[in-house]
Amino acid sequence: MNAYQPYSIFPLGDSALTIDFGNIISKDINKKVLQLFHHLKAVADKNIVDLVPAYSSLTVYYDVAFLHHSEKTAFDAITEILEEWLSRTLNLPEKQNKHFDIPVCYSKKFGIDMNHLSEQNYLTIEEIIQIHTSKIYKVYMLGFLPGFTYMGEVDHRISIERKPVPVKVPPGAVGIAGRQTGIYPLESPGGWQIIGRTPTKVFRKENKCPVLFYPGDDVKFHSISEDEFENYQAGRT
Amino acid sequence: MRITRQGVLDTVQDLGRYGYQYLGINCNGAMDKFSMQLANTLLGKDLNSPVFEIHFPASQFLFEKETIICITGGDFLPTINDHAIPLDRPVAVCKKSILKFEKLQTGSRCYLSIFNEMKLDKWMNSYSTNLKSGTGGFMGRNLLKNDVILFQNGLNISTLLHERDHVVFPWKANDVVDTRNEIEFLIGSEWHWLTRDVQDTFQEHWFQITNEADRMGYQLAGPTLECRNSEQLISSAVSFGTVQLLPNGQLIILMADHQTAGGYPRVAQIISAHLSILGQKKPNDVIKFKMTSLVEAEKKIVSQKKYLLQLQIACKFKMEEFLHAHL
Repeated sequence: MNAYQPYSIFPLGDSALTIDFGNIISKDINKKVLQLFHHLKAVADKNIVDLVPAYSSLTVYYDVAFLHHSEKTAFDAITEILEEWLSRTLNLPEKQNKHFDIPVCYSKKFGIDMNHLSEQNYLTIEEIIQIHTSKIYKVYMLGFLPGFTYMGEVDHRISIERKPVPVKVPPGAVGIAGRQTGIYPLESPGGWQIIGRTPTKVFRKENKCPVLFYPGDDVKFHSISEDEFENYQAGRT
Repeated sequence: MRITRQGVLDTVQDLGRYGYQYLGINCNGAMDKFSMQLANTLLGKDLNSPVFEIHFPASQFLFEKETIICITGGDFLPTINDHAIPLDRPVAVCKKSILKFEKLQTGSRCYLSIFNEMKLDKWMNSYSTNLKSGTGGFMGRNLLKNDVILFQNGLNISTLLHERDHVVFPWKANDVVDTRNEIEFLIGSEWHWLTRDVQDTFQEHWFQITNEADRMGYQLAGPTLECRNSEQLISSAVSFGTVQLLPNGQLIILMADHQTAGGYPRVAQIISAHLSILGQKKPNDVIKFKMTSLVEAEKKIVSQKKYLLQLQIACKFKMEEFLHAHL
């Protein structure tokens, strides 16, 4: 937290509050959110029950009964603790983010909305694949489902509105919504436009860390054929 | 114990799964956390012990071994071997007893706590069932016919039962069911996106819980509320009790299985102490929103917690004494 970043704090009900750095998607702001998140996680304050980082905000769930005193509300007490951290220059070691190369099969079989995107944005399917695989995406946050990543930002040429009504999508489906891209970890109703599918399992419930990607990680996609997809699924992932 | 008939949605729940929302892993936990804790409390168990959250039509349970149970929350007319048993009171049951739920009288969920420790799945620090990812609780899913849930420890209460098929314990919780329809809220971060008139409508009208009401959220039917701001919000955290305004002008209240983050305007937030009341509502019930202050909301959390903790200490002592006297 070197440069000062303006923020506001508002209650999310009576047991959580949100530190909001503005309604914008920015790598710098997200980095600050994650720095504060990792710092508070490491501090492991007993008053804090959970920490939820998002694009440009950090939500802190706190223990009201534990913090509550007659002269001060729990909200005021936790706000004071957090403002103390926010006012300091936290010289945090850069959290080691991982980099992933993720195979995606963009064939018609898996990219069920590829034609729609192609027609809407006047691009050939080859162009869409080329554009989607040319960039390194930042995992800004996880949410919606266990292990679901909100990554960005995709090139504006392949940006597309989400579907009006969600449809059932399989695990591994790769989608686009606006400038965001992401992978569905589980079978679920989904509103994002599906352009392909990865054989990589991004959620494994039996693992100690069930989730593959963490906030702050970098992800790049590369295109594979249906045969390669089958090979991945059959054995080596 | 064995499930001899399948219910519509009976799952294992505790106070919920915290600490992993940053991975998109949602909290789950009981819809009516007060009743869930009360069931444990009356047996002198830890407040956060896993219990069964039961909907109607309910599962039918066969206790292959004798045990002590406590049922709280909605009244589904529970019976042991066809004899009615009371809510909010521990009941010892003999081996081969059958627990049935005959009829939905009040509420929409009841909680069954078992004195024995059960062999269940703890996932990411909680026994609550995460249906989406198939984890936690009993095999990560709702109870099905022929499921067998094992007890970790035995309990010999044959002297207490003394040939009877069940024995009702002498202590109980009184007047614990709160069925009010006026639910208190705190303003949400986008409350000011509503005009003054719409804010008044929000507080003066009754809203009906639609059929789209489950553990994830309750969609409400009421007057269409307009938002004066059309700014798109980027996703940030939402919680149990967040009231979101949907693009069609209707409201949804997020419940126990809510997603970790959302992007719709958060116009209000139900106070924690009233979530349990809301957790007992069902489709067609009507509710009204009543504004309160953070100070009052916190006081209610603290007094509820104090009540449960004190009762838990008292019941734990009573249980030890009672079992000691009868065994």
